[in-house]
Amino acid sequence: MIEKALKGSPRYFGALMVFLAVMGIGGGFYLIQLNNGLLITGLSRDVSWGFYIAQFTYMVGVAASAVMLVLPYYFHHYKAYSKMIIMGEFLAIAAVIMCLGFIVIDIGQPQRMLNVLINSTPRSVLFWDMVVLNGYLILNAVIGWTSLMAYWKRVSPPTWVKPLVYTSIIWAFSIHTVTAFLYAGLPGRHFWLTAILAARFLSSAFCSGPAILLLLTLLAKRLTGFDPGKEAVKTLSTTITYAMCVNVFFFFLEVFTAFYSNMPGHMDPILFLFSGFEGHTYMTPFMWTASFLAIASLVLLIPYKWRYNPDVLVPALIMLVIGTWIDKGMGLIAAGFTPNPFEKVTEYLPTGPEIMIALMVYALGGLVLTILWKIALEVRAEVEGSL
Amino acid sequence: MQRSRRDFLKLAGVSALGLSAGTLGFLGEGAQAADALPTATDFAKPAKAKQWGMVIDTAKFDDALHKKCIDACHNYHNVPKIEGKQEIKWLWTEEFHGAFPTERPAFLADAQEHRKYLLLCNHCANPACTRVCPTKATFKNDEGLVMMDYHRCIGCRYCMAGCPYGARSFNFRDPGEFIAKDKLNLQYPHRTRGVVEKCTFCVEMLAQGKQPLCVQASGGAMVFGDLEDPKSEIRKVLKEKYAIRRNPSAGTEPSVFYIL
Repeated sequence: MIEKALKGSPRYFGALMVFLAVMGIGGGFYLIQLNNGLLITGLSRDVSWGFYIAQFTYMVGVAASAVMLVLPYYFHHYKAYSKMIIMGEFLAIAAVIMCLGFIVIDIGQPQRMLNVLINSTPRSVLFWDMVVLNGYLILNAVIGWTSLMAYWKRVSPPTWVKPLVYTSIIWAFSIHTVTAFLYAGLPGRHFWLTAILAARFLSSAFCSGPAILLLLTLLAKRLTGFDPGKEAVKTLSTTITYAMCVNVFFFFLEVFTAFYSNMPGHMDPILFLFSGFEGHTYMTPFMWTASFLAIASLVLLIPYKWRYNPDVLVPALIMLVIGTWIDKGMGLIAAGFTPNPFEKVTEYLPTGPEIMIALMVYALGGLVLTILWKIALEVRAEVEGSL
Repeated sequence: MQRSRRDFLKLAGVSALGLSAGTLGFLGEGAQAADALPTATDFAKPAKAKQWGMVIDTAKFDDALHKKCIDACHNYHNVPKIEGKQEIKWLWTEEFHGAFPTERPAFLADAQEHRKYLLLCNHCANPACTRVCPTKATFKNDEGLVMMDYHRCIGCRYCMAGCPYGARSFNFRDPGEFIAKDKLNLQYPHRTRGVVEKCTFCVEMLAQGKQPLCVQASGGAMVFGDLEDPKSEIRKVLKEKYAIRRNPSAGTEPSVFYIL
């Protein structure tokens, strides 16, 4: 089955080449980082996690989002997702690979990363994050590949896949919950020290992840003619809309708690994000853009007539993805560290090399995803006679 | 087998001679141990405690004394002098609002407001940094010291996120280039790139029965001892004078106390 990745149109190989080229350029910057250390990043003593960890957090959400298809398909036998399910599982594989990549590029001593296994420390949430991420990668790889293989051979999937599928549904919730616990259990980081953080992570994941999946599927439809089915697009866009409503609602819960209680520790990071703190306003344009995009996407998605119109759906999804990305991929980490334990602001913005190295990981994900989707679509074309 | 072992012992003897002569040519000029290396007898009577702690009598400090303490620490431990936001700090000062932001004082007394406060790792009784470390590179030893194993640290910086006191620094670059060659102390290693470091309460001094270097340099403005021993000097001081700790609501039980 894997040989299907080796034959393809010039456009397919062109895409792979572009991904490889970006990986090569980013890889060059990563070599500089390996040789000189993380000083090439915008990180500091006060903001010790930044763009890399933020991208990791965002991609964990994308990985977890596959469950929004798997759950209705397997628990409720919702057959409309039958063509999309494999795409979701393969997107999850690519997303988890990116997550692991972002962690590797973030650590100061990557050659020692297996210390997390050798000196496994169950009291550290990072240890559990390693467990759940790798577990989810293995689960999705085994389930996705076995199901596709069975489909290709025109037999039903082996019975042992079923329990793995049910495990993966629960597991998907765990990967984003555990990732939220990385932050939520820290004293002195007020923005993260909130019981609703895991719930916010899941709600944001369940809108942004399926939105990315739907956008990529619609792109694949344009490029290859693969049709996920009208019903599947409709249902998935409805799921996205509900999840985004919950996401925005959860954010307002945070705002209420912080500002009605009037507790400075809770208000300061939110003020830093939206109005600046002690004159430092570098995050405010991003956060107001994110807020505007979030509201605008909801305005376009909530009326079902607009939502079911592809000409409105696609821009709305793009707005949603950018809005949630700014919120999680920039704001979440910066606000956790700002103001710092001395109630001061150390500004953080990613540097050029930092962005290039992150792009390397994104290109790796793009490469993996393109190959996996190519295989899935080829198999479908062969079995069904058409896409 | 016997023979090679004898050869090894001979070589070890010669090496030891070379060390005691204090002239290791291959280490380059100026790279000499300032004092004689401690020997086994120096470690015969280590200072022991259940939970080491420190009291800082802030009124007794001025800028000169702060500098003396910081220099004593940073010079001995080869803490690099890096300017800017990627700096390394083991012992440093902040004004009141930075040191005690959770106190949020209004109309602060002049004496306290214009004072600087010496900050360092609090060697908490219940530290968050050791809880989050995924490799046990940072851990608490039997004497209440929050220790660092620099060889085990993977540089994930989770401890920096976990510490509510900003007491940890990350080596974003090779620190060796930022230590003046003539100041390099060969009795203490400097760290490598990509690991986190912090104050150790001078565990190497305690092992020799001595007080931490900053305490020695402070001339009595700092008191160091066992917080769990009711008869210790530090407990006597705490019984007599009101002392506060930084951000007590974080629940980490810091072991550094400040007399205002």
